[in-house]
Amino acid sequence: MSTSDSVTVTTMDHTKTNSAMRTAAEIRKDFPILARQVHGKPLIYLDSTSSSQKPEAVIEAMSTYYEMYHANVHRGVYEISEEATARMEKARVKVARFINAHRSKQVIFTRNTTESINLVAYSWGNTNISAGDLIVLTEMEHHSNLVPWQLLAQRTGARLEFVPVTDEGLLNLDVYEQLLQQQPKLVAFTHMSNVLGTINPVQEMIMHAHAVGAIALLDAAQSVPHMHVDVQALDIDFLCFSSHKMLGPTGIGVLYGKRDLLEAMPPFMGGGDMIRKVGLRESTWNDLPWKFEAGTPAIAEAVGLGVAVDYLNTLGMENVFKHEQDITAYALEQLQTIPGLTIYGPDVTKRGGVVSFTLADIHPHDLASILDQEMGVAIRAGHHCAQPLMERYSLAATARASFYVYTVREDIDALVQGLRKALQIFNL
Amino acid sequence: MSMDYYREYILDHYRNPRNYGKLDHPDAHAEDNNPLCGDQLAIDLQVDDDHITEVRFQGRGCAISQAAASMLSEMIEGKTVEEVVQLGKDDVLDALGIPISPARTKCAFLSLRVLHRSLALAGLEKPTMDDEDDQ
Repeated sequence: MSTSDSVTVTTMDHTKTNSAMRTAAEIRKDFPILARQVHGKPLIYLDSTSSSQKPEAVIEAMSTYYEMYHANVHRGVYEISEEATARMEKARVKVARFINAHRSKQVIFTRNTTESINLVAYSWGNTNISAGDLIVLTEMEHHSNLVPWQLLAQRTGARLEFVPVTDEGLLNLDVYEQLLQQQPKLVAFTHMSNVLGTINPVQEMIMHAHAVGAIALLDAAQSVPHMHVDVQALDIDFLCFSSHKMLGPTGIGVLYGKRDLLEAMPPFMGGGDMIRKVGLRESTWNDLPWKFEAGTPAIAEAVGLGVAVDYLNTLGMENVFKHEQDITAYALEQLQTIPGLTIYGPDVTKRGGVVSFTLADIHPHDLASILDQEMGVAIRAGHHCAQPLMERYSLAATARASFYVYTVREDIDALVQGLRKALQIFNL
Repeated sequence: MSMDYYREYILDHYRNPRNYGKLDHPDAHAEDNNPLCGDQLAIDLQVDDDHITEVRFQGRGCAISQAAASMLSEMIEGKTVEEVVQLGKDDVLDALGIPISPARTKCAFLSLRVLHRSLALAGLEKPTMDDEDDQ
């Protein structure tokens, strides 16, 4: 095994807060795709909650990997394999520092948030959950934090209960506390809703879960890209997120876990790289994190994710969050000037850069079509992989605009102009 | 060019759908949704003497999917089962009279798919239209 050993993380890059972020107008120039046109108009990308765009530095780092040092990792004794291994493991250290993990071996590379949650549901869930055990989820979960637990409940006979969402779009914490009194084995919830933008009071929720002996899993797909997340400060047991929503490539995600939990868990998938010794009938497992990384990993993607983390660190996550708060406040203010427009979710002090809305009797799909063709504005329309939450609001679908480091006020203005055109087209 | 999507008659069918509702005792019934966008559609048919004598549909969705359903319901009323079995995508496109981009074909053909499924479930046609082959 020629891998670099797990590294104890001592420095915390995020403590170096840049006093001022470059303006979003300058940042845009780092993103080649934002220079293209659609339907003869400049692309205005307002779907970063679904997937973010990538800065040139990330794209280049991945090309350089393929051009200069592509080889399989953890195997070769030759120069370029050692280089590929070192770069991949360096990316792991960068991610660990980014979320303030104690040790880099607690960062497991998966395909995405969904796979990270499934890994926990199978590996930890099959071992620790039995018939009658309670798992507490919420009504605002993405399908990826619902279905793995439904499958686990079907396998084991566990019970699922849900924290309801208030009309304002917040979790009903009274019900959460009542459910905790029933001694759940696991609580799993989102840090930030991908539909309502609600940022949940997770620090308190995790603390209260621990007080009754529950393990807590945080779906951080929408938070890690947009705000400073510190796994040690949160004292979270499992944290899951995706690279592609944080300026990195698709195909790689992260599972962070507390060391004792991860050490005690059996492997998720079997294959190469995750073993120590293999016999015909039985095998022993590799150390963390490789025990959970069967097969050739997404090497270029790991390298790209590392560079995305560098890019975000340079901007400073406090600045990123502040910029999105500014843009979100502006968007909410501007959208409210449109007659017949309904915004879902809490006020700007309790939400991140996601705004779901409907406009009169115009179906969100029609809105998205009109915005695309008339204005070059890309938004999401549909149920956003959160059908139970849609039903909570008796909605079939919403339109959703979401923002990131490269979003400028002019993007919001184009959105508003496009929505006014939609009203005209629908004779409203 | 997107204005083409939303001509007056499309909006009229969207806001004032023909044959909207359901039948108490339909001879044929099917429903489906489009998992991508959550559009829903249900169709009820009354069949007498090999003719479609009554049609009702219910659904929620975009202007394209709901207008297509409304137009299709007008198209099939009074037709023989054999004629309805023959209806295909081109008939829906002709009725809509607008260019449909690849991303919107599922919307345009949702009602056609549900219609054929209802006939198939009632044993009035062989299940021929591939549900997944909308492109």
